Amino acid sequence: MNTATTTTYHNHRSTFRQRLSHLGKEDIIMLIALIGISLSMLVAIIFPLFGMFSKSFQNNSGDWVGLGNFIEYFSSPGLVGSISNSIWVSLLTTVITGLAAFVYAYALTRSCMPGKKIFRALSSIPILAPSLLPAISLVYLLGNQGLIREILMGESVYGPIGIVIGMCFYIFPHILMIMITALSTSDARLYEAAEVLGAGPVRIFFTVTLPGARYGLISAAFVAFTLAITDFGIPKVIGGNFNVLATDIYKQVVGQQNFSIGAVVGMILLIPALVSFAVDRHVRKKQTAQMSARSEPYRPKPHKLRDGLLFAFCTMVALFLLTIIGTAAFSSLVKFWPYEMSLTLQHYDFNANDPNGWAPFFNSLTLSAVTAVVGTLMIFFGAYFVEKTKQFALIRSLVQVMAMVPMAVPGMVLGLAYVFFFNAPGNPLNGIYGTMVILGLSTIAHFYTVSHLTLTTALKQIDGEFEAVSASLKAPFYKTVARVHFPICLPAISDVAIYLFVNSMTTVSAVVFLYAPDTKLASISVLNMDDVGDQAPAAAMAMMIVMTSIAVKTLHVFITKGINARTSAWKNASR
Amino acid sequence: MKLSNCIKVLMGATFMLGCAQMAEAKTKLTVYTAIEPEELHGFKQAFEKENSDIDLQWVRDSTGIITAKLLAEKDNTKADIVWGVAATSLLMLKDINMLEAYSPKGVDSLNKKFLDKDATPSWVGQRAWVASLCYNIYEAKKHNLPQPTSWADLLDPVYKGHLVMPNPASSGTGFLDVSSWMQIMGEDKAWEFMDGLHENIGVYTHSGSKPCKMAAKGEFPIGISFAYKGAQLKSKGAPIEVIAPKEGLGWDVEAFGIIKSSENKEAAKRFADWSVTKEANVIYNKGYAVVALDGVAQPVKNYPEEAMGLMIDNDFLWAAANRTRILKEWETRYGTKSEAK
Repeated sequence: MNTATTTTYHNHRSTFRQRLSHLGKEDIIMLIALIGISLSMLVAIIFPLFGMFSKSFQNNSGDWVGLGNFIEYFSSPGLVGSISNSIWVSLLTTVITGLAAFVYAYALTRSCMPGKKIFRALSSIPILAPSLLPAISLVYLLGNQGLIREILMGESVYGPIGIVIGMCFYIFPHILMIMITALSTSDARLYEAAEVLGAGPVRIFFTVTLPGARYGLISAAFVAFTLAITDFGIPKVIGGNFNVLATDIYKQVVGQQNFSIGAVVGMILLIPALVSFAVDRHVRKKQTAQMSARSEPYRPKPHKLRDGLLFAFCTMVALFLLTIIGTAAFSSLVKFWPYEMSLTLQHYDFNANDPNGWAPFFNSLTLSAVTAVVGTLMIFFGAYFVEKTKQFALIRSLVQVMAMVPMAVPGMVLGLAYVFFFNAPGNPLNGIYGTMVILGLSTIAHFYTVSHLTLTTALKQIDGEFEAVSASLKAPFYKTVARVHFPICLPAISDVAIYLFVNSMTTVSAVVFLYAPDTKLASISVLNMDDVGDQAPAAAMAMMIVMTSIAVKTLHVFITKGINARTSAWKNASR
Repeated sequence: MKLSNCIKVLMGATFMLGCAQMAEAKTKLTVYTAIEPEELHGFKQAFEKENSDIDLQWVRDSTGIITAKLLAEKDNTKADIVWGVAATSLLMLKDINMLEAYSPKGVDSLNKKFLDKDATPSWVGQRAWVASLCYNIYEAKKHNLPQPTSWADLLDPVYKGHLVMPNPASSGTGFLDVSSWMQIMGEDKAWEFMDGLHENIGVYTHSGSKPCKMAAKGEFPIGISFAYKGAQLKSKGAPIEVIAPKEGLGWDVEAFGIIKSSENKEAAKRFADWSVTKEANVIYNKGYAVVALDGVAQPVKNYPEEAMGLMIDNDFLWAAANRTRILKEWETRYGTKSEAK
């Protein structure tokens, strides 16, 4: 292998045929694996998007109409109104969530307030729930029969108010994580210098803290905006008469089976996501350059007033999150809101309200388990071959680029793209349409980027010496993977598995276009039950999702402890 | 390694699960339906008890969505049979030649009003559902809303923001309301009426039963819905009155028709045969007061008595022929105020 490697390195101009003849057996296996990975990524990500792209220039019978669909779309005032609705609602959400998450993150990283661990744990609650849940809760809290409807002073929750509050719940943890990272990568030496120079705390905040975190803040703002403009569950449940892009795409495709206009809305929804993706990439590069090896992590000193205020603020936010989830739990147990507030488990008898009964819940469990196992393995090997092969730079960078694409593709757009691609009559993969396989594939593709990044980071930390040593011992690379890389990466692997599991449980956006009657998922069941007005059973099914996610997360914590104890023992072992 | 064993076990389990599913090898019959979801389980159980080799797969959504789906899918549809869907929609499907004519065993005993007029019917009616208002007594008192007795009453500004009605594009109930108003008042007057009504509507919903469920919970005090849902919720203890407006009530027939391109026609025909039996009609009668087999119907608790007499002389052919045009006009006038379908 070594000779082959060096030869290829030095003979840049040698022809492809010559290069191939220099390759050893292992290299060929790796090459085949890389080609296999790039082909599957083409099929799972790129081709479908291209399918949607071309569909937006065709009419419903498949004839080329040029910009006809776009002209039709932009000349219907009802549809165009959704663009401005979407934009201002998402902007408002971004501002509110951004400020709240910044202060919350500031409290967690830059203060000595008590209960940081609990606040951190509570902040991740929304991740465990489908986005439909906050909207359902808001109906019970602020609807016309809501528990605390008075605080709206007569305004209706059905519309922008409900959408914005629901979005704030759903988006908060996602951007909180970015903010925390942004605020924890600051250099204590800057603060010391500022203090020595006589700057007061306010001045330090504006001249050191904010500039230091600015890239994270920009990135967070874009992520928040994209999540808000592409989420569909919240406006679907509580949007009332207020139309936004994400519900339009659903209305056009599912309601009127107008796939061409659906594709147009899909293209429009890609714009904010692509912009945000580009900004994020740009910002990430700058961010890493900020920390140098000599940086000292900042350690906050106690400050009574600041810590007290921050504690009060975090308590408020945490109470908001708990209220939303608590209301969903409560409403799923109330017999007949608001007239008979006694408690019952009858809404959990899904046979009474969903034609598929409990089946969607078990479908979701199957999907999540399979996605977690198969998806994690696939993504691990993808990451391994990108990170650890030394040759085939072209294919590797191709895979690397494709792995980043899903981050910029909203779930609904991906789902719709799958319809166009896999349901096309000539497609040899047509058979997976309407099965669990397509749901799994779309889910893995949808959440590929974050998983891929997590695993490449983990693999990067493994010293290249391992490969060198095992190569000199003539051990085949797959044995090294099984005995070295896999065990060392286990913590990251289990993180990815859990991430995929929980997201498969909660996601609605991509799968809403792809499920068949016998592959209906729990989150879709929530949507359907809410659609016919069975809100209590819908809340009950949403709570089943939350409870499953919590159970799996808890299990994960214990398993991780076990894994760490075993696999990281070498880290502490005396030599 | 322990973990790799775990994975092996998991994969093995998944594989066995797959095999177990294959071993059963039932005929999967894909049924497109708009019937209320809570009823479907009962139908499935009753049918499969005698036909254990058939597995009914429900694709359930509101009438408008099921219709749009079928019109878009045409010959590629996964549906084997359309069942419990508005006759106006089935007429449209018959027009584009999607339905296979078939006389279910025992179809002769059905009331002729419920059948396609052809010698071998393309669609067969099951039961009729009738428009009604659901009126929440508590909330009406709280907001001082008088009890309406006619459609015209609903234009009173006192009801502003307190009404909820289904979107006719997605809901069969919504469409039968609109088409009946047009038949009662004449088309121009009906649009004028709806312009006024629009001012009082709080939200338009996706499904036809949701307005009544919202009224029952007091979320919106008055819901334009259908009699069965009102009667059922009232019997469950919801504080509502089921009102039949005096100008007349829109109604439609829930019917079934076998899809021409189906590959499971034998199974579809057996389900069709079962659907005209007395047993099936008894289940239809659990909620609906009017069913296709004469002599079966028992009075339904809390069902408005006058409703039967107020059912308009519904011109299904007109409604089916004009459906697309009416919905387009409706969407232009009021579409921006509708809940996402």
